Amino acid sequence: MGAVDLARWQFGITTVYHFLFVPLSIGLAYLIAFMQTLYVVKKDDKYKAMAKFWGKLFLLNFAVGVVTGIMQEFQFGMNWADYSRYVGAVFGGPLAVEALVSFFLESTFLGIWIFGWDKLPKKAHLAAIWLVAIGATLSALWILSANSFMQEPVGFEIVNGRAEMTDFFALLGNPQLWSEFPHVIFGALSTGALFVTGVSAYKLLRKKQTEQFKASFSIGIIVALVSSLMTAMAGHSQAQHLMESQPMKMAAAEALWDTTGEHAPWTVIAGIDSDGKKNTFSWEIPYALSILSYNKLEGSVPGINELQAEYEAKYGEGNYIPPVKTTFWSFRIMVGTGVLMILLSIFGTYAVARNRLEKFRRYLKWMIPAISLPFIANSSGWIMTEVGRQPWIVFGLQRTEDGVSPLVSKGMVLTSLIGFTVIYGLLLIALVYLMVHFIRKDPLDLDGDGEEHGHGAPKAEPTLGTL
Amino acid sequence: MLETLWFILVCVLFVGFFFLEGFDFGVGMLTPILGKTDRERRVLINTIGPVWDGNEVWLITAGGAIFAAFPGWYATLFSGFYMALFLMLIALIGRGVAFEFRSKLESARWRKMWDIVIFVGSLLPPLLWGVALANLMRGVPIDESTNYVGTFWDLISVYSVAAGASIVLLFLLHGALFLSLKTEGEIKERARKFANRIGAWTSAVLLLFVVLSYFETDMFTRNGIMPGMVPTLAGCALISVPFFLKAGRDGWAFLMTGATIALSTITVFMALFPRVMISSLNPDWSLTIHNASSNEYTLKVMTFVALGTVPLVIAYQAWTYWVFRKRISVRDHLDY
Repeated sequence: MGAVDLARWQFGITTVYHFLFVPLSIGLAYLIAFMQTLYVVKKDDKYKAMAKFWGKLFLLNFAVGVVTGIMQEFQFGMNWADYSRYVGAVFGGPLAVEALVSFFLESTFLGIWIFGWDKLPKKAHLAAIWLVAIGATLSALWILSANSFMQEPVGFEIVNGRAEMTDFFALLGNPQLWSEFPHVIFGALSTGALFVTGVSAYKLLRKKQTEQFKASFSIGIIVALVSSLMTAMAGHSQAQHLMESQPMKMAAAEALWDTTGEHAPWTVIAGIDSDGKKNTFSWEIPYALSILSYNKLEGSVPGINELQAEYEAKYGEGNYIPPVKTTFWSFRIMVGTGVLMILLSIFGTYAVARNRLEKFRRYLKWMIPAISLPFIANSSGWIMTEVGRQPWIVFGLQRTEDGVSPLVSKGMVLTSLIGFTVIYGLLLIALVYLMVHFIRKDPLDLDGDGEEHGHGAPKAEPTLGTL
Repeated sequence: MLETLWFILVCVLFVGFFFLEGFDFGVGMLTPILGKTDRERRVLINTIGPVWDGNEVWLITAGGAIFAAFPGWYATLFSGFYMALFLMLIALIGRGVAFEFRSKLESARWRKMWDIVIFVGSLLPPLLWGVALANLMRGVPIDESTNYVGTFWDLISVYSVAAGASIVLLFLLHGALFLSLKTEGEIKERARKFANRIGAWTSAVLLLFVVLSYFETDMFTRNGIMPGMVPTLAGCALISVPFFLKAGRDGWAFLMTGATIALSTITVFMALFPRVMISSLNPDWSLTIHNASSNEYTLKVMTFVALGTVPLVIAYQAWTYWVFRKRISVRDHLDY
């Protein structure tokens, strides 16, 4: 393995790891903001206890997201110096704006939210958590505008051998951004929502604070249903945009070696022979790829071999085929887990609407491991989109191997790769341990002062109607 | 013109970072020193609880600003000081989660472990920043294609370690004074005593660093902007600290260490200007605000964003300190 591969592994590991926490933070921030709004509007302490309970888990998760984010901000300079020199005048902009606009907002108001329960008027304190949620969303917008530039460079020109920004609003209006951003945000909401339903299911199975966790589950499952459907729809439009902007990624995601006929079938699974540039077998659904790509029954989809010839004519000799197996399977894992999330959410919504949730014990048991589904989907989605862009670091502009720091030695990258991986691994163990420990604990003993667990007037069983 | 403005803005961000995170690094280092019991340590941590994360964003923003405005500087600095940065990141990662994780379990061993992480995680970054700043001022081996050609060990010298030590001491003093403002009773007295004891040491080591700078850098000799009054004022501010402490004016004492930190940071940037990284191999290979900067358009856009947001950030962060202005004591109900 050369320094380039090590730097890529480091980026892959640290980024996928960072993005385990980010979507959960964004999703939970909105759910907590919603719960706390119910508390302020309805003046019902049940919702305050809810916001505090989920808030504790949110904070544990947020902390790891924040600290691993620092690494992301510096990593481009450490391992990808030539990339930074080449596109920094464009790419650096959104990163700086992200820090100025979003990081300050989220970090400052999160501090206020954590310590401000008794120090601020209720509405001001509520505004703090909303500002955290908005800050986190804006942060996603800016970093995705930077990522979108790597997928589909816009708003620049090449001057003196580097990319210089010519139109900031083109970066913000990048069509790639507006197909990617909704997909990520809805994905984040469903991550938070399935986390809430999973933990609530655990509590319901143990018959602990049933009322409170039924309410949590109800809020979570509706958000899960809407957001997982919206994620799928946004993903669909993103795939269609991919047909125009990065057809090679699409072809690799489909393991489509040769251009299809007028009616393109969709491959469910295939045996991929990357060296022989063919599939040994494949299960196909006729017409489906035409529908996915163009929303109609006909429409040919270009294959890898044809695109390779096209790119060679355009960019010169070279291999323009991304790792097909990784792209193909990560795409399928993402879609598969996404479909599962939708199905589980539909059933859960039905159970809640019928007020029969606790009767479906097996379903509740499934919802606990189902917490992992969005994490798998988020990670595999990013692996598909980043691996599928190879060999480019910036599509059509710079190849990944040309972006690394030329004089950072293999030993240094390896040291930091091992260092970060070990530390990140330990952090994950500690985080999961603390979360499980906290969830198992009776939330009524939260911090021993009892004041937050008001027992208001007796409440009706919370169903969709009362929420 | 815009390049100069951005050089100033980066300096402002570093001033913000060192001033604000300076005291919370100090508090982090002082937690095991001044906190005798678990509850006392928690009081100490809670003095910075609501603000440390926002303080750290000044550093992240400085990094982002350098990337956007001076991509050449960002690339050379971060790839060149690779191992130092790696250590600093590990420290910041550990420290950040430690604040959140430490009090979540009752176990004494668990808490002790995270207290150590907080201590080391608060000690390493100022030490490494001292090393980095000293090397920025002295110059490092940078080749014709603006790549750093030295190793991690080339960054370590008597001069750079003196810089690291003086920043660590300065932050300890700054942190102790912050604690004297934010705590009550016995902890407060301990913090004041510590500040009194460490004040002289800080002045001595900082003076040593200034003297070494005379031999190691060109800041006193070259034809550029003479820092003149700025470092002198920084020194005066530091010397005034014990007098304010003796007079019971702890707030003034804290402001004076803050002034020392701010003015020293400005001195470093003035000594550099218009260079951002000095090549020790050939002065022509140095990175300057001209050859390392972004294009005019990018700088213009970023200027609008920065001038629109930075005052706002300062306003709402200041408001945070107002909200949490009350002193914290062991008798309080401690959130978190």
